[in-house]
Amino acid sequence: MKFLCIPCDSVMDFAERQIPGDGTLAAVFKCGSCSQEVAMLTNPMETQLVSSMGVKIGGREVPAQPMELSRTSMEGGKEDVFDQSEVVSTDSQSHSLRVTWTSEAVGRLDNVPSFVRGMVKRIYTDWAQQNGISEMNPAIMDRARIELGLEDM
Amino acid sequence: MGKVQPKGKTEEMRKIRTYQEVSHDTGSELLEQVIEQQERLADRLSQVKRLVAIASGKGGVGKSAITANLAAGLASKGFKVGATDADLNGPSLGRMLNVSGATLVDSADGVEPAMSPSGVSVMSMELLQSEADAPLKWREPAMGGFIWQSSMETGVLREFLGDVVWGDLDVLLIDVPPGTDKIKRLLELLPSLDLLLLVTTPSETTRFVVAKSIRLAQEAMVDNIGLVENMESHVCSSCGHVSRLFGTEAATEEHLHGSVSLWGSIPFDPRLGALTDQGDPLITAEPESAASVALQALVERVSKHIKGGKS
Repeated sequence: MKFLCIPCDSVMDFAERQIPGDGTLAAVFKCGSCSQEVAMLTNPMETQLVSSMGVKIGGREVPAQPMELSRTSMEGGKEDVFDQSEVVSTDSQSHSLRVTWTSEAVGRLDNVPSFVRGMVKRIYTDWAQQNGISEMNPAIMDRARIELGLEDM
Repeated sequence: MGKVQPKGKTEEMRKIRTYQEVSHDTGSELLEQVIEQQERLADRLSQVKRLVAIASGKGGVGKSAITANLAAGLASKGFKVGATDADLNGPSLGRMLNVSGATLVDSADGVEPAMSPSGVSVMSMELLQSEADAPLKWREPAMGGFIWQSSMETGVLREFLGDVVWGDLDVLLIDVPPGTDKIKRLLELLPSLDLLLLVTTPSETTRFVVAKSIRLAQEAMVDNIGLVENMESHVCSSCGHVSRLFGTEAATEEHLHGSVSLWGSIPFDPRLGALTDQGDPLITAEPESAASVALQALVERVSKHIKGGKS
């Protein structure tokens, strides 16, 4: 899918993605020549079609997580199916920094459905390691959430 | 039909460049993500020596029971075996390999599969669902499921194959749901397939459908296609008399389209279904039964294939 700015005969570049939370999506594309912007608005069915491919328009802020599509798309998933006791960062071998979680941070994680908790914990841990942060607390979680643009987690 | 002209316009239509004429990358990164998914799947499956799919095209022919027994039989011979239940809407492999209720471990490298008592690594949708009798449902918009559901199921199957920590397996068995389209989708998803076992029965209707699957696989250039005729006969448990169940002749390679070889003929045995349904595959539970002996012959042939010998 490409958007062509007809006056400039120039392909528009992806600029921004917004997920309002009602199943729709807005993706903004901008012409590099005249700066004209257009927003592609998708209805819930069209949004789901893209989501079902396991991709995100404009790319990912965090790497695709193991079984992400299954975990985030299924209804009626078993709460205790995933044992997260062994969750470490995706890239633990290249990072020597160990991230410890405060009890408050763990408590906040408890509010995340068990089905996706391990995936979310790994995303936060990866981000902390990449930023040289050794302790995960609620304030750091807020910062990570904003920086990572975790709109749908 | 002529060109569609905007209302009131009589001048010649302006030329807008086509998608193919535009090489500029938009930055949407969709293609890059799809390629990354394919690479991740290929990387995971590169650790698996042989990929074997068990399919039919027809439902109710015993694909899952044969998959479970084949898995247990191969594991009992010392092979490192994995089994994926590609039937997302009617999963049964978890139950047949006795891993229902197992917990999956979120590890650094992905999701660890469940381990069956027979030593088979298993992944099935059944493990993820909270209620055993609940139909599979997706978080969906109110309408349009027919548009995206196939894409969703293919994506989840990709995760079952690519995001599960299978490790260095000798063989990964894939239990394919009914429908020739499911075979086609699997073939498109996999980087390669070493062996496609098509399960048939002596029923004319089943053979009619399986013939379509054979043709589909041949057109997709699958090198190794083997037929397994299930419920080929009935052996009387009292007197040993062998009788046909369907009134048709036993499968021969001639009327199974020549180029496809017959890899196994499994006699009907009610214990095959009953025991396997209870998570106790017949091949290990009743190894002396006629059906188990036939299954063992299939295991032997697949073993040779895994080892790289002539099958």
